[in-house]
Amino acid sequence: MQCDNCHEREAAVHLTQIVDNSVTTLHLCPQCAAEKGVQTGANVAKFPLSDFLASMGKGVAAHLPPGGTAEACGFCGATLQDFRNSGRLGCPHCYETFESHLRTLLRRLHGSSKHVGEVYLTPGEASAGSTDHGASEMRRQLAAAVEAENFELAAELRDRLRALE
Amino acid sequence: MSLDLSLLRDGGVSWLDASGPESGIVLSTRVRLARNLQGLPFTVRTRAEDRAAILDRVIDAVEGTERLSDATLFRLNELDGHSRQLLHERHLVSKELAALNGDAEARSSAALLTDGILGIMINEEDHLRLQSLRSGLALLEAYADLERLDTDLGSRLSFAFHPEFGYLTSCPTNAGTGLRASVLIHLPGLVLTKEIAKVLQGLAQVGLTFRGLYGEGSEVVGNFFQLSNQTTLGKSEEELLDHLGKLVRRVIEYEVQARQVLERDAAAVMADKVWRAYGLLRYARSLSFDENMNLLSGVRLGVGLNLIKDVSVYTLNKLLVFTQPAHLTVAGDRPAPESNQSMLRADFVRRELESDAERAST
Repeated sequence: MQCDNCHEREAAVHLTQIVDNSVTTLHLCPQCAAEKGVQTGANVAKFPLSDFLASMGKGVAAHLPPGGTAEACGFCGATLQDFRNSGRLGCPHCYETFESHLRTLLRRLHGSSKHVGEVYLTPGEASAGSTDHGASEMRRQLAAAVEAENFELAAELRDRLRALE
Repeated sequence: MSLDLSLLRDGGVSWLDASGPESGIVLSTRVRLARNLQGLPFTVRTRAEDRAAILDRVIDAVEGTERLSDATLFRLNELDGHSRQLLHERHLVSKELAALNGDAEARSSAALLTDGILGIMINEEDHLRLQSLRSGLALLEAYADLERLDTDLGSRLSFAFHPEFGYLTSCPTNAGTGLRASVLIHLPGLVLTKEIAKVLQGLAQVGLTFRGLYGEGSEVVGNFFQLSNQTTLGKSEEELLDHLGKLVRRVIEYEVQARQVLERDAAAVMADKVWRAYGLLRYARSLSFDENMNLLSGVRLGVGLNLIKDVSVYTLNKLLVFTQPAHLTVAGDRPAPESNQSMLRADFVRRELESDAERAST
């Protein structure tokens, strides 16, 4: 059976979901399943503690998709190779420089790349919230959130904007 | 320079007083939030002056809040190895901040600001690690303290935050909420009934990880496990805490059931096992670290099964912390050799158990 997602590899994971009483079944290959954040029991059973602990440290970078090694962060100079070696990013800007790589990595690590927790506004943004500048910054963030399909954040920003206006 | 822990309320171990919910089985709850300042590299790429600036900014921000008003600042790089080890053994600083891997000195401006319950590690892997420690199973209470501190600091400092990825951290395993909650739990029933592997595997499948007593990379000794959330992104803080709390409660139920099975099917063996553990701790003249941990686990089980009535859970908790190597060494002295430590450990345990027994008989 072919994978429903890539239509290339053999499906090995059969995911049955029940949402609002309607049953859907997805057949996925292990790679696509991992990217969708589907954890399989088979994987976990083969996951010894040492690997597991290693994956919390340096091993993190092993989840990174290949390529993109030449690029360096404009702020701190770190490269993806540095990250592969140390398992640590150089600075907050690295998340923008290596955005697409990290999005894939975060999905593999967390099953999602979309933050749905507390929304943070820096003191500047928060106090400028009452001015046009603050509102336009929020609109920019709202657009970015929609672009990233982070609808929880988008909804919160929309509500804040509404309250302002 | 050595350290004066008397500056801290209860020496910073009030979370061991066994006052919290489920404290017979759950020793403590710890929640931490990872935060970084905008406009600076993450700690591993900082220069000394960056770290000094980070420390200054955090201290300024804390002074502007009501929180942590009676906190003490410990500069790790000004403390000797023994003192750093002492802070680590009290679970107040991570191994990384205390620089306990090898003989390395702590990095400059590495600091701990704490009132013993709520604290901030500064210049750890992330610029700030806000942490809250509580007795027993108290996830929401621990987080409530932390959230207020986070809000206060976040209005005075500019944290690195991304609209899609959330709070940005040096290691992507912490990005998003930056929240890691862990519960230190004692599971001898599940170990003795050999159910533990199944339970831990089940927990791994639903996004929980387990570690030993001293966090990342540490061995499981004395049947003590630290259970914590594996992921930090894609779920809200409340969802993460709720999920962990529900699963920990389930594990407690399993543990209680396992203890019931042991009481029903192996009462005589259990009684022998826990009283032997008590007898050894009460009278032995030399106890290695591992032996002590395993015997403490046995006595703790005996107290939980109501077989041993003379020992308080607080005493057992205290014995876990105060029998570790740095705690057995007088400040300024070189660490005692292992054989000597074993004797000091046995002395300490004996005295504590004697005083509990005297208290019980009066």
